[in-house]
Amino acid sequence: MTAHSPVNSFLPRKEFGELLSALRFGGYRCVAPKVCDGAIVYEELQLQDQLPTGISIHQAAGSYRLEITDSPRNFDWANGPQALKPFVFKSTESLWTVNRNADGTITFSESTTEPEPVAIIGVRSCDLAALALQDKHFLNSDCVDPHYQARRASLFLVAVNCTHPSDTCFCASTGDGPVAQGGFDLLLDELDDGFVIRAGSKAAQKILQTLPVEAVTGEQEEVITQQNQRAIKCQTRRLPSNNLEQVLFENLDHPRWQAVAERCLSCGNCTSVCPTCFCYSEQDTGTLDLTRSEHVREWDSCFTQGHSYIHGLTIRADTRLRYRQWLTHKLGSWHSQYGRSGCVGCGRCISWCPVGIDITEEVAAIVSGEP
Amino acid sequence: MTMALHCPAEAEIIAREQETRSIVSLTVRLTDTRLADRFQFQPGQFNMLYLYGIGEIAISISSDPASSDTLTHTISDVGRVSHGLTQLDVGDRIGLRGPFGRGWPLQDVRANDVIIISGGLGCAPVVPVIDYVINRREKYGRLIIMQGVKHSDDMIWRERYEAWGAHPDTQVLLAADAGGKHWNGAVGPVTELFDLAQLPTENSVAFLCGPEPMIRACVQRLLEDGLPADRIWISMERNMQCALGQCGHCQFGDRFVCKDGPVFCYADIRHLFGLKGF
Repeated sequence: MTAHSPVNSFLPRKEFGELLSALRFGGYRCVAPKVCDGAIVYEELQLQDQLPTGISIHQAAGSYRLEITDSPRNFDWANGPQALKPFVFKSTESLWTVNRNADGTITFSESTTEPEPVAIIGVRSCDLAALALQDKHFLNSDCVDPHYQARRASLFLVAVNCTHPSDTCFCASTGDGPVAQGGFDLLLDELDDGFVIRAGSKAAQKILQTLPVEAVTGEQEEVITQQNQRAIKCQTRRLPSNNLEQVLFENLDHPRWQAVAERCLSCGNCTSVCPTCFCYSEQDTGTLDLTRSEHVREWDSCFTQGHSYIHGLTIRADTRLRYRQWLTHKLGSWHSQYGRSGCVGCGRCISWCPVGIDITEEVAAIVSGEP
Repeated sequence: MTMALHCPAEAEIIAREQETRSIVSLTVRLTDTRLADRFQFQPGQFNMLYLYGIGEIAISISSDPASSDTLTHTISDVGRVSHGLTQLDVGDRIGLRGPFGRGWPLQDVRANDVIIISGGLGCAPVVPVIDYVINRREKYGRLIIMQGVKHSDDMIWRERYEAWGAHPDTQVLLAADAGGKHWNGAVGPVTELFDLAQLPTENSVAFLCGPEPMIRACVQRLLEDGLPADRIWISMERNMQCALGQCGHCQFGDRFVCKDGPVFCYADIRHLFGLKGF
């Protein structure tokens, strides 16, 4: 039986290519997870075959390893190093260019962003939550970032509920996963022979209506319920669910800050892979003939020496102060700034830390009240 | 037509004053007259000044808000951009974005005694406040201006201070950690001046700008003398790159100094003020 229902439908795996075609017909470039250099990354997808099949990931503190399985599934893994951040907040973005004219006058031209519509397939619930947080920062009432806004508006998000959280994941404790609650255009639950699919936006309803979907069986629903429950239960790490702003700021002199600083390399990997970190620096790149200069922003990190520099004074000269800044902001001041914690439990900062520092362990030590 | 805050507009240097060996005041005018005519700012706000090919820095506006078609910025030669800016001459072009941030709460302090305490180049951001109060002298109580510098050679605007001091109910007190020849001000930190002024009354409000150790010492004195924390206002300085509350560098706890400040009520920031690392 073929149904054209905007509610739950079943898309057989062999028909997944139809979804890609429908998205392309709808004007979207398709981006999806691929295996590249030993990790899952989001890249342009031409064919369904390019999706990772029978790939799992083993993540631990300071470790990320692909594993080959005999599963027919494409999404048997939690996440790669990058979330949606690079699609909306580019690691490098031109802000303006300025020309110096022969008479000494200078002419500014604001850079514009005209991204082509892009459908991102395989978005995780934690990444949707992080995107909502970045929206609060870059699209707030005080200031709307035009580049972020344009890129954000160009996205069509195909989420897939996460069935294989890694050991580093703790989205269940932050309330951000593993099942997506909103913010997607299409939402998929993966089964061995296909996907249960539903629309979360009008644009997605139109696309869904063109797909050769079938009715969902009770048995399929049951499998999904079970795998979603398992994805919650398998998570062993957690963050306290309460607002930690007060307790963190009451513990600024806790000896744990020094203890973690002795392990931390201050490399900034955690801030690069963090889907909510938003700091950027600005710099000029001039042409050799000095007639033109481009003013560019790049991701920055509160772990760098320059981040807190003001003429002759570095506010956070040592790693203890930098780690404390990162954590008190991420789990503390975010609440006052944007009404919730800045952590969505994706666990990337744990996996991609070269020395395996675990945010959940550090925060537990600091808020426990014991030295 | 108002200024696009994401992208600078061209401004021409129309006056340059060498204040000391390393401090220069640049008065600029936006070359687009439509922008220049509409530019308005509050005392305590700042602009982002752009040096061609090098970058931007945040500089407070030190001229009178009543004549905002030209804007004066007093710049100390301490870094790459500020060094380049202090080398420029009349007629040279720079970029300007602004104004940014929240200034001094002048509307709310009518009829109060106003205490202004500054240190070093912290004197620049409070000049528009002094002008504002002097121009509306009858609406405020006493005006007490205290400025401290490391060496008396660093004391800029001596004539201005003299002229301000000649206004009714206005007291100007200057101090230098080290006094050179012909220095007739106090010798020592700016806190030494507290004993020379009758400070504060419960009807006072204090505006402070300068190096943080100096601010801390002065705030301590004001609090000990009975001035409530919510009557003390401080202009803060942090690394600023976007001035839009987005690049993250100027965060001070949960505040973005560029948009929530740079002027803060001490009562709102006292839990972090002076703490290492914030």
